[in-house]
Amino acid sequence: MMHDVISLKNVTKTFGGHAVLNNFSAEIPLCGVTVFRGASGAGKTTLFRLLMGLEKPDSGEICGLEDKKPAVVFQEDRLLPWSTALENAATGSDESRAREALVRLGLGDNLCQLPRELSGGMNRRVAIARALAYGGDVLFLDEPFTGLDEENKKIAADAMREANIPILVITHDDAEADLFGAFCEIRID
Amino acid sequence: MPSKRKLYQTALIALIYLLVWEAVSLLVGKELLLPSPFSTLSRLAVLLTKAETWLFSGLTLLRIMTGYAIGVISGVLLAVLTSRSQFAEALLSPLRAIVKASPVTSFILLALLWLSSDMVPLVISILMVVPMVWTATAEAILQTDIRLIEMGKMFGLTRWQIVKKIFVPSVLPQFLAACTTSLGFAWKSGVAAEIIALPKQSIGYMLYQSKLRIETTDLFAWTLMIVALSMLLEWLLVRGMRRIRHDA
Repeated sequence: MMHDVISLKNVTKTFGGHAVLNNFSAEIPLCGVTVFRGASGAGKTTLFRLLMGLEKPDSGEICGLEDKKPAVVFQEDRLLPWSTALENAATGSDESRAREALVRLGLGDNLCQLPRELSGGMNRRVAIARALAYGGDVLFLDEPFTGLDEENKKIAADAMREANIPILVITHDDAEADLFGAFCEIRID
Repeated sequence: MPSKRKLYQTALIALIYLLVWEAVSLLVGKELLLPSPFSTLSRLAVLLTKAETWLFSGLTLLRIMTGYAIGVISGVLLAVLTSRSQFAEALLSPLRAIVKASPVTSFILLALLWLSSDMVPLVISILMVVPMVWTATAEAILQTDIRLIEMGKMFGLTRWQIVKKIFVPSVLPQFLAACTTSLGFAWKSGVAAEIIALPKQSIGYMLYQSKLRIETTDLFAWTLMIVALSMLLEWLLVRGMRRIRHDA
């Protein structure tokens, strides 16, 4: 069976004269789970930002995501400090989907709490719920399990897999990658 | 509702001030120089029975609050414009610097040359409010977390939704603080403008007349009236702001 792919050809991205990605080429399958690995500063987050359209490459070509709607768990939670967990999770979607995602992630009793009233791990789960409720075509996860305990990592990974959309994930941790079951791996060095 | 304890405390503080005032007044011993609290409050009570007191106070309030409202709206519009356009900021910031640095009396005297006396307090209030609201709001807009705006875009929020859900709550605390501070400035400068421009039906005119006739008790009574109105306005504004913050 043929699957769509994201194709990167000779992509270069420079910040302040320093090439974060230099002539990077890869084919990323748009199915299942793809894990991106590489040392800190290797350009994984920059690659994600290029794929999501938040940055433009200095040169090279990226194809395969033109008509896809990305859902994102950023490296930071990026929650609105003045909005409740439910309002945050409903950003870009509706409250019933957000409520469903929050309950799935074990935050059913915290719907009306503000980020400052929640722990770091809880806020991380709200950020994950927001991405799940959004219902994108591709799920981008930049170190999604930061601050989560083992049980909640598993619950979150199961919920993400159940979304049944391609997942692209940056993680340094082999055990975290294993939570998704079978996956492709792309190294960025 | 304020607690009983708080009410007692406020009453006690007011009493202390009145006693100090009375003591100093007795020491001076001349009502012409420093009237006692009793004579001042008695005179204020008499003034409050007169229709013209309410009319003049109302007109003063109307002039200054109209200027204040125009100032707040203009300040916000200028903040949006200058935070979005570097050229606009470069073009308009010298004007802001001039208004901030110049003594208010210079503007009052200039305004007197160009405008009717009724308009001077209104324009002076605008000039006091605009730079404060403009500066605070523009800074708050520029300090809005770019990562939240990026998140909003990624999650498909429209431009209007980004303004409503991200910019407005982010800017609100600094904007409201600027509104409170500038209200006091608008009020003081507006009354000062009335004292110089002398619009016939105004608190400033009555204050000036008291000074002219050396009626110190009237001067104190009108000053007390100004202070009371200022405190009332600030109280109303703070209550309104609490509601806005709660609804935002």
